[in-house]
Amino acid sequence: MARLSIEHLRKSYGDLTVVDDVAIDIADGEFLVLLGPSGCGKTTTLRMVAGFVPPSAGRITIGERDVTTLPPWKRNCGLVFQSYALFPHMTVAENVAFGLEMRKVAPADRAPRVAEALRLVQLTGFDGRYPRQLSGGQQQRVALARALAMEPDVLLLDEPLSNLDAKLRQEVRVEIRELQRKLGLTTIMVTHDQEEALTMADRLVVMEKGKVRQIGSQRELYERPADRFVAGFIGRSAFLDGESLAPGRFVSAGGLHIACAAATGQGGATLALRPERIAVGSDAAGLANRFEARVEHAAYLGALIDIHVRLSEQDQMLLQLPNRQGFAEPRPGDSITIGWAEDAGLVYALES
Amino acid sequence: MSTASRSGFGRLALNGAAGLSLAFILMPLFFVTWLAFFREEIPSFPPQGYSLKWFAAVPGNKPFVDGFILSLQVGILATLIGLALGVPASLALVRHRIVLGPAVNTLLLLPLVMPGIVLGTSLYVFQIETEIATGLPVLGSVAGLIGAHTLVVVPWVVRLVTASLAGFDRTIEEAAQNLGAGPFTTFWRVTLPSIRPGLVAAGLFGFVTSFGNLEMSLFLVGPGRTTLPIAILQYLEWKIDPTVAAASLIQIVLIGAAMIVTDRYVKLSRVV
Repeated sequence: MARLSIEHLRKSYGDLTVVDDVAIDIADGEFLVLLGPSGCGKTTTLRMVAGFVPPSAGRITIGERDVTTLPPWKRNCGLVFQSYALFPHMTVAENVAFGLEMRKVAPADRAPRVAEALRLVQLTGFDGRYPRQLSGGQQQRVALARALAMEPDVLLLDEPLSNLDAKLRQEVRVEIRELQRKLGLTTIMVTHDQEEALTMADRLVVMEKGKVRQIGSQRELYERPADRFVAGFIGRSAFLDGESLAPGRFVSAGGLHIACAAATGQGGATLALRPERIAVGSDAAGLANRFEARVEHAAYLGALIDIHVRLSEQDQMLLQLPNRQGFAEPRPGDSITIGWAEDAGLVYALES
Repeated sequence: MSTASRSGFGRLALNGAAGLSLAFILMPLFFVTWLAFFREEIPSFPPQGYSLKWFAAVPGNKPFVDGFILSLQVGILATLIGLALGVPASLALVRHRIVLGPAVNTLLLLPLVMPGIVLGTSLYVFQIETEIATGLPVLGSVAGLIGAHTLVVVPWVVRLVTASLAGFDRTIEEAAQNLGAGPFTTFWRVTLPSIRPGLVAAGLFGFVTSFGNLEMSLFLVGPGRTTLPIAILQYLEWKIDPTVAAASLIQIVLIGAAMIVTDRYVKLSRVV
């Protein structure tokens, strides 16, 4: 295992830059998740680490080795593919032994390592089966065992759970995480599934349009999102466009004056509020900001209720209320009082 | 008339047509097989009696045996060379945007649709010209024959291998490389085994095409060096006894057996 460092990594196809100046340091044994919408460059970044995509610029270092220009077969990164990519003409044991064979491990020494890898993924006894005789979840484990058997410096996971059904996904999630922790594997996982990312990662990297938007722990990303994109992508936020007039003062596009500690007078900006920081009805009493809002639409989601409200002609917001016992769901046209504290909001300058 | 009986009639007509076509295809096979067992030298219907003596005559017929051996040599070598040329060509056609790719593809398939006589004449002229230009004995040589047969093998290889490659998931090649396999090992250990059904089918059909080729070979064989189909043709010019039928039957059985054995390992029906 080793630490991994990505510096100023860029990938362009002609005029199109799909990965732009990405810099990430991953500590030894850390589980890092690259998270972002499709097309954000996360998979390209992973493939550059694995060596399948040559970077246009930048440097990738594994431990002390600069691997930037090394071909994939010399990198010693174990990659688990989204489609598992098992060799269909080889048995489970042959699949797992392939990496050892390539490393010229003697046949007699391969067997115990294959057995150990299969034991780790709880597939002892499946040695002689062919991939087509296995379920999706089992194939996924074989792919993981195959990557682990070669004792990689870094483990790379490319949306490894996206082909599994929802229930299995939750189990495998925990299994992979426990295994990673037990073996102290330096790991990068790519996913677009926010919940998956939040439950598995030590640290997350949020990417969008080829750029790293923010790197941090779950708590840092949720409580201090670096920009409006992250605020909307990690968890949910209610947004109000407007202007940051002066320190502590924000005015919405519809002219509502809002007391907001995060406002510094930076001009055109967006105010972001986490839904749970917004109080409704009597709970809003005594808060610095209180407004009458008209309900436009309410959606019952079980544990939560989504309510779209209008504060003024030009100010709309999405509230998310916990569905407490006896809570009467507001109806379109109802008028409700909402409020939030002065320190509740975050302010982001409008992006050009 | 009710719908049920009409569809019944339709089915009957379809089965009838299929049966007729099948009978039409099998008829020569049936007669060759029957004829091989006739006792008399000049076949007449109905036969005077049955005998296995013509089968016994085949191994004693030197032109047939020599022809069989030459056809086998040429067929095997042409198939191997055809695979060695056709597989890389297919890889290039499927995986890389090569200049005039579709044109090259068509060109490689062309020997399959070109009449054997035309192909034979062209190659004959070409080999004579080559001989004049280089002084090497090309025409009538085994090498010249193998070269020509390679030409009719390559289309089968290109057609069947490109079809196999088109449905091939390339991430398993990436997986191999990720596990430490270089490009050559990846090709040998992962790509080739994955397209094995296509390769086997290509080899088999290429070989059968070469082995049974008559028209093109007629132009290219040398004195005392004939392939089995030509030996059979030459024999027929003087005699019409059932030895020819017996030799043909042996050939049919051998090829049929090869296909059945192959099909046990690779499902040919899935490729062709």
